[in-house]
Amino acid sequence: MGDIRLMKGNEVIAEAAIRCGCDGYFGYPITPQSEIMETLMIRRPELETGMVVVQAESEVAAINMVYGGASCGKKVMTSSSSPGISLKAEGLTYLAGAELPALIVNIVRGGPGLGTIQPAQSDYFQAVKGGGHGDYKLIVLAPASVQEMNDFVDLSFELAYKYLNPAMILSDGVIGQMMEKVELSEFKPRWTAEEIEKISGSWATTGKKKGVTRRISTSLDLDSAKQEIFNHKLQAKYRAMEENEVRFEKIDCDDADYLFVAYGSSARICQKAIEIARAKGIKVGLLRPITLFPYPTKAIQAMLGQVKGILSVEMSAGQMVEDVRLAVSGKVPVEHYGRYGGIIPTPDEVVEALEQNFLGE
Amino acid sequence: MTATTELKNIISEENLIYSKTPVLLDNEMHYCPGCTHGVIHKVIAEVIEDMGIQEETIGVSPVGCSVLAYNYLDIDWQQAAHGRAPALATATIRLMPEKYVFTYQGDGDLASIGCAEIMHACNRGENIVVFFVNNGIYGMTGGQMAPTTLEGQVTATTPYGRDCKTTGFPMKISEMVSLLPGTRFVTRQSAETPGAVRKLKKAVKKAFANTREDKGISFIEIVSTCSSGWKQTPVQSNEWMKEHMFPYYPLGTLKDE
Repeated sequence: MGDIRLMKGNEVIAEAAIRCGCDGYFGYPITPQSEIMETLMIRRPELETGMVVVQAESEVAAINMVYGGASCGKKVMTSSSSPGISLKAEGLTYLAGAELPALIVNIVRGGPGLGTIQPAQSDYFQAVKGGGHGDYKLIVLAPASVQEMNDFVDLSFELAYKYLNPAMILSDGVIGQMMEKVELSEFKPRWTAEEIEKISGSWATTGKKKGVTRRISTSLDLDSAKQEIFNHKLQAKYRAMEENEVRFEKIDCDDADYLFVAYGSSARICQKAIEIARAKGIKVGLLRPITLFPYPTKAIQAMLGQVKGILSVEMSAGQMVEDVRLAVSGKVPVEHYGRYGGIIPTPDEVVEALEQNFLGE
Repeated sequence: MTATTELKNIISEENLIYSKTPVLLDNEMHYCPGCTHGVIHKVIAEVIEDMGIQEETIGVSPVGCSVLAYNYLDIDWQQAAHGRAPALATATIRLMPEKYVFTYQGDGDLASIGCAEIMHACNRGENIVVFFVNNGIYGMTGGQMAPTTLEGQVTATTPYGRDCKTTGFPMKISEMVSLLPGTRFVTRQSAETPGAVRKLKKAVKKAFANTREDKGISFIEIVSTCSSGWKQTPVQSNEWMKEHMFPYYPLGTLKDE
């Protein structure tokens, strides 16, 4: 039996970071994710594992601290919520451009602008399509439970180091604030200097040793021909992620006539909506993307011969639905149902939307 | 004896009184004639060699003319987004406290877009060295006004001279950071004469020694020229700097604790 606790999603992010051997957290307070840094400050990991926790002067400084820390081959992370992630967008594209591994957690709240502090999923475009400038991608993982908040911290670092690319946990105020049972991960020691040299010695700026070429952590190349070659390399990396790293979950899909596509807390709501719909005799299933980039395009396409309609359920005005439509390519009707600005849809509303769109009621 | 043979005879061990530090790479510098960056790079490189810390030093280069500083010093480098070098340096020294970390920043980078990052790194007293090259103008982008541009100074964005009523006043960053309890050593130097270079070198040594002793942040401003941006010859630039920059940005040490 592992270490099982009842914890808040945000607290679990902090605990999972300590346990997975994270070297540094750099953050700035913003609701609804401040418990992450607060938990770390209470836990004092500097005394336990040597992990560094710094409250930065801004979101911009925090993400650039992450850039500096990642440049040293250290496992570093930051967390924020929507308006703060907009400020971090500069650092995200620099991290991707310099091919640096790092973890960014976004506990999404309603927008645009200062918006609201209640949960939303309206940062999908920002996370998946860019947010910062240039042709880059983040690895984006969408937890739907407090357990996955725990599991995805280590997984994000694993993927970030595998591909030398920043990874984002795209969660929301529901998952961040709710308490659930969670089995915490085992403690892993932080990497030693020797291990870092072995794993990341070709690029980590830990001090140039005699007889080796100096290492430069940069996203700059003023020669456009070289910059294009570098962009080809990035694109090849993103294709490899699409080939190897797509993760999704299918619930009640075997006999489904209709399909919900939803991630994060919307997927939890859809699970209840399935129960309600099936009690009414409507056979509906759920495809839950776990990776938002790379997106489970093929998994959706595999359902096309079977289902008569797809409802993309999001706490946004309709962002992920664009990727569903790209996958479906007009072969079956795809509709969107969303509540936004911090409003969480009820399972009954979702069933009603399914009926209205596809069952002529 | 031909001139060439004469030269060959001169280059011999017993005549060697000066050699380039190996920390300074042989790459051709992209800086304009008369630019002070090359001299400052050399001074930093020499100090790194003298102190034997080449393997332990990480530089953070800015955005601006010295963005490519990593091409000139044979150490590990991080290249920061505009103004963010102190944030990178903060994480680097926190995660590797046994290293020597410095930022190298211009006045647009440090005093304008990176004002928050430098103030807070200074306020936290991060155990790093900051080189602040102040030539009162944006060089790389083509000579626009910087926060340190003098009143009345003509730049690409103050074509009729800087009007402090609408653009604010030249910022005295060294004075500002010296007021923060987190800073240990704040000095303003220059590099236009052999004497000035010697003084600068002494300050650079002191700054890295402060890191060694875990004393906190050392801030070295170097008042410099920008012949291209100022549209003057290198000689004129040095004269202009002495006449106009030095009275407003007086040289000397503001804080040494």
